[in-house]
Amino acid sequence: MISNLVVQSLFYVVVLIALAKPLGSFMARVFEGERTFLHPVLGPIERLTYVVSGVDDKREMRWTEYAVAALVFNFIGFLAVYALQRFQGMLPLNPAELGAVSPDSSFNTATSFVTNTNWQGYGGESTLSYLTQMLALAVQNFVSAATGIAVLIALIRGFARRETATIGNFWVDLTRSTLYVLLPLSILLAVALVSQGVVQTFGPYAKVQTLESVDYEEAKNGPDGKPLADAQGKPVMEKKSTQEQVLPLGPAASQVAIKQLGTNGGGFFNVNSAHPFENATPFSNFLEMLAILVISGALCYTFGKMVGDTRQGWAILAAMTVVMVALLAVAVVAEQSGNPALAKAGADTQASALSSGGNMEGKEVRFGIVNSALWATVTTSASNGSVNAMHDSFTPLGGMVPMWLMQLGEVIFGGTGSGLYGMIMMVLVAVFVAGLMIGRTPEYLGKKIEAFEMKMASVAILLPPLVVLVGTAIAVLVEPGKAGIANPGAHGYSEILYAFSSAGNNNGSAFAGLSANTPFYNTALGFAMLISRYWLMIPVLAVAGSFAAKKTVPAGPGTLPTHTPLFVVLIIGTVVLIGALTFVPALALGPIVEHFQMLAAK
Amino acid sequence: MLQATLQSVRMLVVMTVILGVAYPLLVTGIGQALFADQANGSLIVEGGKVRGSALIGQPFSDPKHFWSRASATSPMPYNGGSSSGSNQGPTNPALKEAVEGRVKALREAGGDAAKPIPVDLVTASGSGLDPHLSPAAAEYQLARVAKARGMGEDSLRALVAKHTEGRQFGFLGEPRVNVLTLNMALDAARP
Repeated sequence: MISNLVVQSLFYVVVLIALAKPLGSFMARVFEGERTFLHPVLGPIERLTYVVSGVDDKREMRWTEYAVAALVFNFIGFLAVYALQRFQGMLPLNPAELGAVSPDSSFNTATSFVTNTNWQGYGGESTLSYLTQMLALAVQNFVSAATGIAVLIALIRGFARRETATIGNFWVDLTRSTLYVLLPLSILLAVALVSQGVVQTFGPYAKVQTLESVDYEEAKNGPDGKPLADAQGKPVMEKKSTQEQVLPLGPAASQVAIKQLGTNGGGFFNVNSAHPFENATPFSNFLEMLAILVISGALCYTFGKMVGDTRQGWAILAAMTVVMVALLAVAVVAEQSGNPALAKAGADTQASALSSGGNMEGKEVRFGIVNSALWATVTTSASNGSVNAMHDSFTPLGGMVPMWLMQLGEVIFGGTGSGLYGMIMMVLVAVFVAGLMIGRTPEYLGKKIEAFEMKMASVAILLPPLVVLVGTAIAVLVEPGKAGIANPGAHGYSEILYAFSSAGNNNGSAFAGLSANTPFYNTALGFAMLISRYWLMIPVLAVAGSFAAKKTVPAGPGTLPTHTPLFVVLIIGTVVLIGALTFVPALALGPIVEHFQMLAAK
Repeated sequence: MLQATLQSVRMLVVMTVILGVAYPLLVTGIGQALFADQANGSLIVEGGKVRGSALIGQPFSDPKHFWSRASATSPMPYNGGSSSGSNQGPTNPALKEAVEGRVKALREAGGDAAKPIPVDLVTASGSGLDPHLSPAAAEYQLARVAKARGMGEDSLRALVAKHTEGRQFGFLGEPRVNVLTLNMALDAARP
């Protein structure tokens, strides 16, 4: 059992790191405008895209123009997603005849997909038509991820260029990341997923005659369609029996592929990748987990390549990997140790050759403990947020790992593009702190770090924690915030903290017990997502513009090398310290208290 | 600003055509051509009727069938139209009560009262549609099913083994028993 745990985790990490160089150097070629093996097929489509949308691909932009283009494009996307949800009832490709989505839920979902958060306030199969899933959500899955990559590439150009006013062209970067990176990988992954059993069809939902009939109770509705209540105000229940099972289908594989590759995470079905039609086998599970981190990992290599020193990229990738593996170990051990309450109730939680044991509440047998804990770690390292097990039912420490990974600011791999640009802000702080300690001028990749860059980096790093903590504080104080809690005690508070950590760092995973599809949460979390996405993106682009305008200073004897193991430790220290200092008090009130309660329970 | 707005609209239209229309159609075309069965839900058809999907579990309460894991979907368990986990936290008293209730039901139905029950059998799955049991959870129910059907335990064990999958490629995921195909095979062998 132990050996299989190590084998599966190690295999994952090794494949992930091995792909960084080939994919990373391919992406560097794409963004430097060189020809690749995909150009014979995609080159004409790229040129056609520029012609139809009126883009002059030779034109360079200043950082302000770049930022305006990114923001306006995202805003137009927001309007489109909102409108498609509100009008889906009148539009085609709606075999389940689903009606318009409510205004607050539409706002939340539109924000969520445009900001690459993909918080899922809705249940896919019961809320959204095939058309909405395809035209609204799938499109944003691509372009919100491509926006993140574009901003990162602009920042990298800031380091690579000297004494220029411009940092590239947003439209070109957006088009290239979509066409050459996200689209081909998505097609490959989607077809592989279909082979494993992930559904891909435009046919209607399937009706099944089950082997046995099942008895159940359902709230009875009066003639006005509202639930009836008895004298005590309790709903009147009606006994029913059925031998029919409805199986929702749809074009899921194509959407699941980009949901993972673009670190989006919004599922086709309500339970996301725990649903057998979204994630059918252990191999589909492996491919989906790989897809979550592969681009973010490879972008580190792209970064090194484009700034002319691949060791810089490897150093950052090493720091990310170390933090992820350490936290993975915590999550796996916590989930495998299980919940003593289940053992006391008569369950066998010991692992054996015939059973994975551990805490199986909310987990699927085909994934067991290892793949559920690995997924939870991976999905919150990246700002993905898809789930293959219910994080709400994790043990307290097992649930704290994904929560804290989000609170670190989504810089451990992080979102496509956004993870690395967030991490580079952390690196600037690390260089600055090291410079203060040893009395050297802080510089990174030949660029002097001055007051302006430090201010921007501070804004980028401190804003998400502010959103998370203030948002949580408000929600636990007001009635509509508390009304959403599903579990009593410290765990209920954890649900709220988790929700704001997720939205405030553009992750999108949830302790799903929280009833968040209410006007209060849809609005509050919607604003949290907006603030942390764009108030991060703008300072990053400002830094890019400022660096591009600077001279590049050649490295001298007084320069702090930023590719050594020592510097890797320094990056890790910076990330972990900021994350720990900011969030330990909040975590102590939630998962840590609950951990001791669980152990002490009789 | 105005120019950026116009370009955004045009760019979004182009991207919608490529990513929202062409891409899913292409994947559907390839998927339906190469893997039609999987793409349409891995449905099991018997006598012209769809009896289930090999990937989606069903509820069982007859002692002659192997029982599936608990399901938290509403209003009925294994509601394919509304996938859901219980989302009960580890210290929630409702979780403990639910597990105790399932343990009691399994023991009363003829399970070994001295043995603890494999954890997957008494907990709710993440999707509420989990089609599988751990081999240990199937073994726990074996004596009950054998007795109810008047079958020898060894021949039943052999049938269970036929519906057990090992780790994929020998190391990925966990070993598992498909409850629906197992029960269908049981009904076919001994109606």
